[in-house]
Amino acid sequence: MADITADVVAIIAKKLPPDKRNLQMSDRLDEIGIDSLMGVEMIFDLEEKFDIQIPFNANDAKLEFETVGAVVEAIKKITGKS
Amino acid sequence: MPHRVVVTGWGVLSSIGHDAASYWANLTKGICGIAPALTIPTELLTQKVVAEVKDYDPLRYFDDRASAPMDRVAQFGVIAAREAIAHSGLTFEGGLSEQTATIIGCGVGGQSTQDENYKRLYGDKARRLHPLTIPKLMVNAPASQISMSCGLRGPAFVIASACASATHAIGLAFHMVRSGSVPVAVTGGAEACIAFGTMKGWEALRVLAPDTCRPFSRDRKGLVIGEGAAAIVIESLDHAKKRSANILGEIVGFGMTADAGDLLSPDAGGMLRAINGALTDGGLNASDVQYVNAHGTGTAANDETETDALKRAFGDHAGKLVMSSNKSMIGHALGAAGALEMVATLMTIREGIVPPTINYLGQDPACDIDCVPNEARQMQVDAALSNSFAFGGLNAVLAAKRFS
Repeated sequence: MADITADVVAIIAKKLPPDKRNLQMSDRLDEIGIDSLMGVEMIFDLEEKFDIQIPFNANDAKLEFETVGAVVEAIKKITGKS
Repeated sequence: MPHRVVVTGWGVLSSIGHDAASYWANLTKGICGIAPALTIPTELLTQKVVAEVKDYDPLRYFDDRASAPMDRVAQFGVIAAREAIAHSGLTFEGGLSEQTATIIGCGVGGQSTQDENYKRLYGDKARRLHPLTIPKLMVNAPASQISMSCGLRGPAFVIASACASATHAIGLAFHMVRSGSVPVAVTGGAEACIAFGTMKGWEALRVLAPDTCRPFSRDRKGLVIGEGAAAIVIESLDHAKKRSANILGEIVGFGMTADAGDLLSPDAGGMLRAINGALTDGGLNASDVQYVNAHGTGTAANDETETDALKRAFGDHAGKLVMSSNKSMIGHALGAAGALEMVATLMTIREGIVPPTINYLGQDPACDIDCVPNEARQMQVDAALSNSFAFGGLNAVLAAKRFS
């Protein structure tokens, strides 16, 4: 369980300045500074890391992946691992 | 003294018609050119719909030898330019050839050529590539091939500014004719980038719609890649009058700005300055404009931001004018989009019919403008704008008027 969570958090944190990398599951991606392009890059990094396809459309991005925790849960669901 | 700049010919090759007349007929009927791709394999694409030029047969336009040195994108450009020149009635004799500019917008050049050759090289491990690989894929090829095919010997080049390329090209050609540096220009845009590798690149950006293009609509899911070409012949009013040309419309203003902000997200401030620039350059008051041909890509961000810019530019008048998106029918033809849409804008003024925004399911509160949903509308339009806003934050807006 810790592995997926830690890997996902590390991928998100890598997009942020060093002093902003201490992330909580409840942190909202837009509030911590993940803009639309970073979001698309994050999805790419997650797909590469876990060798999965994430059905992500930037046009619905406001509805999906609102928080760090939501991204972690989505990856657990797609990989079937916890 | 600046010259007035009039339009005397147009030509179109599009996903909804292989010439200007059928393009216009289908725009006003609300015919959708978007369908599953036929020219590339789609098994490995997550979004399979595009707006292709259907049933395209190069041999209808070129013999084998003439088409061989040209990628699809240059062929499209030449076909549209030939139609526009024939429509204008111009012949390039008596020195006019050397005074005619060829300014063409193109986003990415010969992508099918590039894609095929990469496949040969990296996939099939070919040891050599065709000697025409470079001249076919170079981004300036459409302007070069038009100049050669039509015998135009004045200033000629391609402008590449992604989705705003053709609008920048027409705007620059307009400036050149207005200033008197040339009396005539053939201008417009061409694009044909529905290649497998290019589509995978678009897929990775996560902005493509899986279903269709629904600009300004609720439940819109993004843009759909299109292709095609459009060209117009523009001349100084003096030159057109001297030869008793049939004048189709007048270009009066051009505004261009850069956001200098986000690489991909649109910026209402940059759009607003380009719209205001076109109005000021054209001597137009906001209340003079009845129609705006939208950039209207169908992405969540563009349509909301463009609506905001429109309301800021036009104030109360924004509630009275209409703004529709041709991309609902022809997809986003990228470097050709501005030309296809400028031709539609000029036709709208001339014919008094505003093409609809089709595939519209209902209002998105963030896009509370009259986008002429689903059905064309008869309406007198005396002045109109055509918007193009590119990735990289490059904005270009043209202003056109009924000629009187």
